[in-house]
Amino acid sequence: MDQVTKDLINNDIKNNDVCLFMKGTPDAPQCGFSMAISNMLKILEVNYKGINVLETQSLREGIKEFSDWPTIPQIYIKGEFIGGCDIVKEMYENGELKKILKDKNIKHKE
Amino acid sequence: MAMDLKEIEILIKEAIPDAIVDIQDLAGDGNHYSATVTSNKFSGKSKIEQHKMVYNSLKGKMGNELHALAIKTKE
Repeated sequence: MDQVTKDLINNDIKNNDVCLFMKGTPDAPQCGFSMAISNMLKILEVNYKGINVLETQSLREGIKEFSDWPTIPQIYIKGEFIGGCDIVKEMYENGELKKILKDKNIKHKE
Repeated sequence: MAMDLKEIEILIKEAIPDAIVDIQDLAGDGNHYSATVTSNKFSGKSKIEQHKMVYNSLKGKMGNELHALAIKTKE
């Protein structure tokens, strides 16, 4: 991964409490898994930044290396990698996602 | 590009020998699977670590030959 991509990812993670690296945008997701996480965050009324990895090949490959995680979407909360679609879905269903948002002081629907 | 269901199961069991693996072909197209993997080896590990163990067992096929594999891990 080149330094520019690495800096770009680091900046996004640092400057946004909730970062979703996804295929497509929050308004127009281009993959069912990206849409699923996007929808969960919308339901919880979380303010998040969606980063479309389809815009640049270096970002699409770079984020996998950065997180050591082979799939997209990927979610970061306050700089911490939380997981991909399966993990976040499980956490959404069992209440752990809400708990993390609460613990990390991120505004969301109770 | 597609991958056989049995092939996925073999790879996971090679890496995690005690695993009970239940795979389903979600769309019937050999490209969208879900796998439930149950193993004692997951004990004490975070969800991220558990999923990484499954991804690693697939030796880089995830995200390449294998487009979509929903993973659920159980201890």
